[in-house]
Amino acid sequence: MEPIKEPSCLVLLSSSPHIHSGHTIPAAMRDVIIALIPAILAAYYYFRLSAISVILACVISAIIFEAICQKLMGKPITTYDCSAAVTGLLLALCLPPSFPVSLAIMGSFFAIVIGKMVFGGLGCNVFNPAHLGRAILLASYPQQMTTWVLPVTAMNSVNATTSATATADAVSSATPLVSMRIAEHLWQAGQQVTTQIPSLWNLFIGNVGGSLGETCVPALLVGGLFLIWRGHVDWRIPFFYLATVALITGIYGGMRGYDSIFPLYHLLAGGLMIGSFFMATDWVTSPITKRGRIIYAIGLGVLTALIRLRGSYVEGVCYSILMMNMVTPLIDKYVCNTSFGGGAKK
Amino acid sequence: MSSPKATFLDGIHIPPNKSLTEGQAILKCPAPDFVYLPLSMHIGAPAQPVVKLGDKVKMGQVIATAGGFVSSSIHASISGMVTGFQKRYLPNGMMSNCIVIKNDGLDTLSEDIKPREESEITPDLIRKQLQEKGIVGMGGATFPTHVKYAPPKDCPAIDTIILNGIECEPYVTSDHRVLLEYPLEIIQGLKYFMLASGAKKGVIAIEDNKPDAIALLTNLVEKEPNIEVLVCAEKYPQGSEKQLVYASTGRTIPDRGLPAAVGVVVDNVATAVATSRAIKENMPLIERVVTISGNAVNKPGNYLVRLGTLYSHVVEKAADGYKGDLARIISGGPMMGFAVNSLDFPIIKGSGAVLLFNHESGFAHVPVEETCVRCGHCVDVCPMFLEPTVIVQDVKKRNWDDAANASIHACIECGSCAFQCPAHIPLVQYIRMGKQFIGGKGDGGHNPFYVIKK
Repeated sequence: MEPIKEPSCLVLLSSSPHIHSGHTIPAAMRDVIIALIPAILAAYYYFRLSAISVILACVISAIIFEAICQKLMGKPITTYDCSAAVTGLLLALCLPPSFPVSLAIMGSFFAIVIGKMVFGGLGCNVFNPAHLGRAILLASYPQQMTTWVLPVTAMNSVNATTSATATADAVSSATPLVSMRIAEHLWQAGQQVTTQIPSLWNLFIGNVGGSLGETCVPALLVGGLFLIWRGHVDWRIPFFYLATVALITGIYGGMRGYDSIFPLYHLLAGGLMIGSFFMATDWVTSPITKRGRIIYAIGLGVLTALIRLRGSYVEGVCYSILMMNMVTPLIDKYVCNTSFGGGAKK
Repeated sequence: MSSPKATFLDGIHIPPNKSLTEGQAILKCPAPDFVYLPLSMHIGAPAQPVVKLGDKVKMGQVIATAGGFVSSSIHASISGMVTGFQKRYLPNGMMSNCIVIKNDGLDTLSEDIKPREESEITPDLIRKQLQEKGIVGMGGATFPTHVKYAPPKDCPAIDTIILNGIECEPYVTSDHRVLLEYPLEIIQGLKYFMLASGAKKGVIAIEDNKPDAIALLTNLVEKEPNIEVLVCAEKYPQGSEKQLVYASTGRTIPDRGLPAAVGVVVDNVATAVATSRAIKENMPLIERVVTISGNAVNKPGNYLVRLGTLYSHVVEKAADGYKGDLARIISGGPMMGFAVNSLDFPIIKGSGAVLLFNHESGFAHVPVEETCVRCGHCVDVCPMFLEPTVIVQDVKKRNWDDAANASIHACIECGSCAFQCPAHIPLVQYIRMGKQFIGGKGDGGHNPFYVIKK
């Protein structure tokens, strides 16, 4: 009978499973950046160097702010995980072109420090940091945040300069949603709307005024579908968000006898595309169950439509996402899965 | 076979990594000089030894009888002399008393082992023999098989027997080889199970990554009106009992319930082979097929090993030893197996595989846990529809009531959540810990650990 031997080699002991899919947070964040490349290219195409300076300022300052915070908090510096870069990038894409760089850096400060690090860093934040930064900028600098510049590609076109332009600046423009408000008044008065609003095609390809990254719908769709394909984003959030907005605006427009392009316009205009694919789907601030995500997305759609249709502010995506972020813990608490076989749940 | 592949909801896709051994025919591992037969190589009460120190035993002779209803007999896997009783650790961390037998090299078969007449075989005899011949679940859980054929009174009549030939664990191919090399005994075993339970239907479930086994078995059951081969999609954990029952019959086993609650019994294909031998030839369970694989093994393969053989003997004598410094030794598959610290463990009835990895493999690292980013992947993949990250937060905060309310007891510990987690949180490991604290009852009320603060 052999005695029980002492282990002859040093081996790792751990509880199963002993293998891993290889999914990591940095890889997912890199995929988000890859998914945003078409939108960045579109921003460069439409707004040229003013786009690049704002994007660079936001991304670099976001990374630096996160590193400083982590240093001060005595935590390991994890800027390599690219989450700060993603926040900076998303913030930049939600800012108007020709936005002052100094204010963009301030936005990044709010996004990273107030939006994320004060809660404890990645995974602990309540609000989508990029949208929180944007909301604070909008409240603090409403003038700069609502000064829209026409894309360089549209400047030569006489048609594009609408009569609705409120400011004296020659290259300033109304966003399509502002034009829509004017069109609504005309429809209600029974008048024809012809040149007052940009065409659907221009709206689709992004040849209109708006934030840097939100105008070019094909670029955002490509990026969003890439994220869904890679499994980082649950299709339910963008699908139910967009469907709810289309449904409510469709019914609203139909009841008031608006043109049939009204719901399409709401889908394509403003921050809805970037918001539904990139902002609302933020892992940290969206619910973890599939049913919860559907409720969350429908809530987003209702709030966005309400703000857009009945609010004094024409754009509702940013605020509706921030509001639904607040509801997420509640959804997670009450919308629980029932275990396979039906165990009792809280 | 043309019907859509049966499967369950959620779950994950894992690279199967079976190519190392799936083409290797079963080879006999030479019998060792000593075997160490743990009295607790099954779930339930330990077996009671019936031999004394110095007793001569023959191969197949009973050396310990069942220590209760949920228990099973143990038989000598070699002939020789009982030279001692030794306490040894099993791979799962439990300690068990082992009967040690010194091999006389003769393999003298016990006299009572002779083929049984067909006419003698009755349902009662099968149920009795299952316990007496030491038949337990050989898929890894080692649940005594005869208990499954004595379902509680309140359960519906058993109408379907499912043979589990899924083998969804990466690297492990022992069941695959059993399907290919002992198909007739599998079908015979299934017929005995159907006879014992009165079930009218038998299903042999095979994952679609084993087309050769599917073709062979489909061909063989063509003439059997009550038996069919079910092709299941390749997905983990397809071989889990609840998921397999759902995939095969569409029935959902209720929470804390047994398959018998929906009229089904699930047995591993290797168990069916052992049953066929036990009933037909009166041969007790004394050997099993074990996959020896991993990048460190010189000759990966599937070996027929006597129970009680030490891992080290199988690796050296059958698999030609290993190369490099070992980084990880896994008893079982990489998803649910146990990492062990040496090769000094005996092969037991549930040992399907021993995997050896050296420092050149991905098994040499344990990733560092990061903060949960609430991506919800663990929720998306959980085949039990639990919310692993929520449960783990409860466990970390020692909120045992909340963890119990979140159905921590329903976790089958398949590891899908931890496999998928981008933050490398050892989710299932925390859940396992939480289950132990709560005491397995799910109420968390009376456990002495319940009040321990960090």
